[in-house]
Amino acid sequence: MFRKCAILVVFTPMFLLLGCGKAKVSFTLAGSTAFQPFAEKLAEQYMTTHKDVNITVQGGGSAVGIQSALSGAAQIGMADLVTLPEEAKALTATVVARDGIAVIVNPDNQVVGFTAPQIRDIFNGKVKNWKGVGGANAPITVVSREAGSGTRSSFEQIVRDITLTKDALIQNSNGTIRETVANDPNAIGYLSHGMLNDKIKALKVDGQDCTTESILAGKYLLVRPIFLLVKGEVTPEIKDFIDYILSTEGQQTIKTSGLLPAK
Amino acid sequence: MRIPPRLTQAGAFIILGSATLLTLAVLAFIIGFVLQKGLPVLSLRFLFTNPQDMGRSGGIFPMLVGSVLLPLLAVTLATPLGVGTSVFLSEYTRESRVTRLIRFGTDCLAGIPSIIFGLFGFIFFVTTLRLGWSILSGGLTLAFMILPTIIRTSEEAIRAVPKSFREVSFSLGATRWQTVRKVVLPNALPGIVTGVMLGVARSIEETAVVIFTAGSSLRLPTSLLDSTRTMAVHFYILAREGISTENAYGTAATLVILVLTVNLLAYWLMHRVMAKRS
Amino acid sequence: MKLIGEKGVRRILLGIAFSALSALLLIALFIMSEGLPFMFRYGLKGFLFSSEWQPEIGRFGIFPMIVASLWVTLGAMVIGAPLGVAGAVFLTEFVPRPVMRIVKPTTELLAGIPSVVYGFIGVIVLAPLIREHFGGPGLSVLASSVVLGIMILPTIISISIDSILAVPQTYREGSLALGATTWQTVHMVTVKAARSGIIASIILAMGRALGETMAVIMVAGNAVKIPHSPLDSVRTLTANIALEMSYATGLHREALFATGVVLFMMIMVLNIVAGLAIRKRGSKR
Repeated sequence: MFRKCAILVVFTPMFLLLGCGKAKVSFTLAGSTAFQPFAEKLAEQYMTTHKDVNITVQGGGSAVGIQSALSGAAQIGMADLVTLPEEAKALTATVVARDGIAVIVNPDNQVVGFTAPQIRDIFNGKVKNWKGVGGANAPITVVSREAGSGTRSSFEQIVRDITLTKDALIQNSNGTIRETVANDPNAIGYLSHGMLNDKIKALKVDGQDCTTESILAGKYLLVRPIFLLVKGEVTPEIKDFIDYILSTEGQQTIKTSGLLPAK
Repeated sequence: MRIPPRLTQAGAFIILGSATLLTLAVLAFIIGFVLQKGLPVLSLRFLFTNPQDMGRSGGIFPMLVGSVLLPLLAVTLATPLGVGTSVFLSEYTRESRVTRLIRFGTDCLAGIPSIIFGLFGFIFFVTTLRLGWSILSGGLTLAFMILPTIIRTSEEAIRAVPKSFREVSFSLGATRWQTVRKVVLPNALPGIVTGVMLGVARSIEETAVVIFTAGSSLRLPTSLLDSTRTMAVHFYILAREGISTENAYGTAATLVILVLTVNLLAYWLMHRVMAKRS
Repeated sequence: MKLIGEKGVRRILLGIAFSALSALLLIALFIMSEGLPFMFRYGLKGFLFSSEWQPEIGRFGIFPMIVASLWVTLGAMVIGAPLGVAGAVFLTEFVPRPVMRIVKPTTELLAGIPSVVYGFIGVIVLAPLIREHFGGPGLSVLASSVVLGIMILPTIISISIDSILAVPQTYREGSLALGATTWQTVHMVTVKAARSGIIASIILAMGRALGETMAVIMVAGNAVKIPHSPLDSVRTLTANIALEMSYATGLHREALFATGVVLFMMIMVLNIVAGLAIRKRGSKR
């Protein structure tokens, strides 16, 4: 008797779920993990006024964004790269936001800023000790993102000529880079400007602070665009969503959430 | 010079006791850490509302649902399959090279990285079978993943039942299946339940497999073909992208409470069943 | 049950066993088919023994990662296995039953905590501790081994407890009747009788440690170097797959699947070694 009740309790919800219907229009965005949370927020807002549209956002990284858009696994690919690679040329790219990349160190670190060549030398492993760049006598722990990260590709492309030192630690997300640098006085890393908080310190690059103002003024060096990529024909529903993101309301959301508007 | 047995006994007690205390201390630290950071965030609102603002505010209700449905599906599929297989291997076949090979094979499969299972699930269920990122894909892949553990633990539990029990049953005229059903399985139940519980725990905490197969949609799933995010995945994304460490810990705390509840419930049920039989 | 009959039950169970095992075979074949072709085309020697991992220029040497995986797994077993078995023995033989009944589900709680939570706690708590007291970047072999060692504890403890509990009480009574102390009974009789289950738990735990991905990515540091000390930062085979799989294409992707094949081979070798060790030490069941 008890066993029969248990079986019913377990199986009823599953059968109930099997049938339910799906919305009329569905599409998926996939790609940049840096942009994913913002895409989710924009999708959430869009869906409150467009009840027949079902938008799903997945992550995976900028490279996944390009691949999914090309293969059709996702209808819109998200990529945060400075320049799009060869294979992405076949896609229609729209810039929907911009993001600054901050170079970060531990708050206890005395250094204030570096020039681009200094940053290059540190990440190449040419300079291995903080005293070589005006800091304390301690080894530099370089922390970087994994090779498929849009943030990393952009960083290395803008600073130019970077072959990451073999001793660099690799973390695969902005959040863990932040935690790593926050907990290690000798670490240096980079992450999205929107992720800055008081646990880490952002360095000046070529004398410029990493702030919204200097990025918008075009003074800060490390800035990359965020692209939405669509293959072939842009269907009306997708165009509508992209237009929403580019509208005043969408761009305002982007600004208040920590990114920079496209213009 | 022989050390008196009572001294070795005292020594063993101290060493084993210290090891156990160390384990419990670590356990207490981890659970304490998670709860201390996460409980302040917990509230009925947190548990039963939908996430807003990328998870920075709002609750985790869809993830709670996902964390219940996925392991449920996985365990429902894997347990009969796993226990049935181990019953067959230990009771209906003789110990031979083939059974040893099968045991070896399942041991090896228990060591495959979760990410490979995730890729397998993505290529086979999501893409080839066109199930898409869905609860179904996730549940099926997770079932594959916990199957080896359930097979092996059930097999060990069944083999641990003394031969004499079976012999007595046969001598009373019972068939093999009756013996299995009424003698072997009830006695092996605690061990089988352990295997299933480890499988449940694994499904609840698994992240890589779920992201590749069930996706990471923030919305409440309304069918088995919908993508869903589990609490483990939610923690992963919140912590990774630094969206909200408070909510991340809140999610982790909820997870801990969920697993504890499931475990205690399962063991209580098991004791009731066994008490009834004896 | 009369409807099906004995023969029917046998056939059903055969069917179940067959499906389960074919499912597992499917996965094994999947990994092999994606990875083996690459291994033979690229050359086993270059793949397994070169230290150059540079996918951009087509170099796929995974030697440092093989070493890293071995060190990290060994470290995890050194930490987890003794603690786990000791705990299991203590909880079943030296402590009142009700205590064990509460502690066992609580340790199984540890199994439900996501590996990413372990990893995160590792980054925030463990790595700085290691860095301050032992040196190095903190994110290291040591950190990975400790985290993995803790993660495999529930498996070892729970399954070992079950095996020890399954030893018939008559064994213990017989030993005690001969004048042995509790400890002598435990290590000469009970644990020997429960050996098969305890070893099974250790083998399952070893598989888990070798295959763990998420936690290790966060605390190992992921530098592609051969470790010379436990304080060095390393990249395990699993971390390598996870870090690069999502964007790898073509040869690079095949190389990552081939890494999966290597992992499979490694777990097979480790299991064979463990099996031989059991057979040497005692009689078969």
